[in-house]
Amino acid sequence: MDNVLKIIMQRLALGLLTLLIVSVVIFVAVNMLPGDFAQAILGQGATEESVAAIRRDLGLDQPMITRYFDWLGGVVQGDFGASFASANAASFSGTTSGVKTVAQQIGPRFANTMFLAAVTAVIAVPLAVTLGILAALYRNSVFDRAANIFTLTSISSPEFFLAYVLILFLAVLNPIFPSLSNIYDGMAFSERLNKSMLPALVLTLVVTAHMMRMTRAAIINLLASPYIEMARLKGMSPMRVIVKHALPNALAPIINVVALNLAYLITGVVVVEVVFVYPGIGQLFVDSVKTRDIPVVQACCLIFAAAYILLNLTADIMSILSNPRLRHPK
Amino acid sequence: MILWIAAVLIGMGALAWVFRFAGQAATGNAPKFRDMPFGVAYGYVLAALVVGWLIWAYFQGRSSDPAIANKFFFLRIGIEGFIIFAIAAWLFRLAGRRVGTAWSRKMFRAMPLTAAFGVMIILIYAILAIFAGLLAPYGQEQIIPGVAANITPGGDPALGGNLDFPLGTDQIGRDILSRLIYGAQNTVGIAFATTLLAFFLGGTLGFLAATFGGWLDQVLSRMVDVLMAIPSLIFALLLMTIASVWAPRLGIPLTVFMVIIIAVIDSTRVFRLSRAVGQNIVVMDYIEAAKLRGEGFGYIIFKEILPNATAPLLAEFGLRFCFVFLTIAALSFLGVGIQPPLADWGTMVRDLSGFVNYAQFAPMAATAPLLAAGAIALLTVAVNFVVDWMLHKSSGLKE
Repeated sequence: MDNVLKIIMQRLALGLLTLLIVSVVIFVAVNMLPGDFAQAILGQGATEESVAAIRRDLGLDQPMITRYFDWLGGVVQGDFGASFASANAASFSGTTSGVKTVAQQIGPRFANTMFLAAVTAVIAVPLAVTLGILAALYRNSVFDRAANIFTLTSISSPEFFLAYVLILFLAVLNPIFPSLSNIYDGMAFSERLNKSMLPALVLTLVVTAHMMRMTRAAIINLLASPYIEMARLKGMSPMRVIVKHALPNALAPIINVVALNLAYLITGVVVVEVVFVYPGIGQLFVDSVKTRDIPVVQACCLIFAAAYILLNLTADIMSILSNPRLRHPK
Repeated sequence: MILWIAAVLIGMGALAWVFRFAGQAATGNAPKFRDMPFGVAYGYVLAALVVGWLIWAYFQGRSSDPAIANKFFFLRIGIEGFIIFAIAAWLFRLAGRRVGTAWSRKMFRAMPLTAAFGVMIILIYAILAIFAGLLAPYGQEQIIPGVAANITPGGDPALGGNLDFPLGTDQIGRDILSRLIYGAQNTVGIAFATTLLAFFLGGTLGFLAATFGGWLDQVLSRMVDVLMAIPSLIFALLLMTIASVWAPRLGIPLTVFMVIIIAVIDSTRVFRLSRAVGQNIVVMDYIEAAKLRGEGFGYIIFKEILPNATAPLLAEFGLRFCFVFLTIAALSFLGVGIQPPLADWGTMVRDLSGFVNYAQFAPMAATAPLLAAGAIALLTVAVNFVVDWMLHKSSGLKE
């Protein structure tokens, strides 16, 4: 067990290091922007003195390394700075009460996105594994081929195409689910579920296909092994052979692909949230990209990267844990 | 509602039992029916019900009552499209088996229908993209004087159509058909150029890392690791934000920045593959022989490694093209990709998407955004079918 613990600690340290380097990359990229935050807040007509004053206040006259560590120190404590858009709005109205920090803006939206991802995972994972087992069981049958064509099609379609097709059939022609997901605080759970059902279904279509194909491939890979032949020869039914003998041994690649697909959800969520006007972090990100609200873009980018690294790390660790040769070294 | 679903499921179970029993009785207990598990019988009943429902829905779509016909209009179009494409792919494969060189005829003989469909669609898109200027009835940026905006597709004057514009016009009066055809040139052309650039970058660096090894390999691999730790669409959006500030200052179109940004991000994936493939090849004896002959690195990379790495790289090219194409479409859909007035499918979907909501009353109006989105989907599906077939063929997977 010591051995595994050591490997896992190594992976965790490596993940943390990657995240640190990624934060440097994001910070440097943002600092490639012409002009700086002070000019951006004050706009074109600002006098030299006021720009210099803001620069001093925000610490922008410091060298880049100092600013990076200031920013990083804030991020670690959950302080992502103030958003330009709300700072602008506040300077017009002359009050400071309306200024929202980036963390305040992101917080509730992050929870919404997590909710959407959770709903998707709850639908997609059991569906994908069941379909994958069935396709492996009845391989090369009509069912397998139809499933193959269907999954290839849904993998390769852009998210917005699937989204509009689902809106067309499930919201406009047959009004079952609402096509706009206006979610707010204090909503009943069932209503919330109903409103986020269409985006969750689109994401399900996108990730199920890949997970199902990998499940099928992982199981079929094992079917040539001697112990499967043994199980077959002793008269076990094909379903029992797969569920009792093949599936436990195929678990490592399946868990791996599930985690990787949840990581893929992070990218898919951006487009889907925009289509359904779902108030999540992806939509905030795209809006801030358009208004060039740099602190928000920077924070969202870091959160997406952190989630992505974390899920990849989980996939890595899970596949180590599910490998008995690593768990019980000779 | 739940009771209904439960009743249908139980009813289907009963039907499945009857089906199996009838099969056993009719065939004198043939092995096919005797050993049939209940789940398989259930599957047959389910499939029969789905096919039956589709046929019923198709004839509902041809109903004379417009309220019912509108409701099933898209399903009808979908079924007709599926059948037409299947027949076209079959005829295309048949033609491919008769004409052409011995090599191409042999290839078509071993081809499944899905791959034939893919090859056919890719050829059609290539022709559209190359001859867009000749095929399109109007210019992509042309606002035709005296023509109303938002003409409905279909060309039926009673429904607000116009025969001169079979797919209608957009919100400022440009011909949608022309813009779709030019979209093939812009969207596909830019995606193709980006993929080529990504392969040039990633392939060269990957082979260099594989042949040199040592510190160069370490430095490049660690850089790629870091770049791959950021989700690609997110990273592309971040860099596009920065590029959109720089582009007007430098006087370079934003599209050029987009091509470079996506090419660099995607070249990391190409680097991974070409390095792995290259490492397998550099340990071969013929590389050793070439090194002993005193050949330079350029010769070894382009004359020894590259020809032996073609098959996996070609399959990867197809997949990479799909990714790049979808990323560009997504960026354009989000409004930061290919910039107007260039016709582009992603932008068209975003501009026309509101029409989906009119589907119940004017189904033709809702087809415009779906056509643009479908054009993207059709090409990626086609490329994926071909790649899937190539991988299957090269892996020799026969199970």
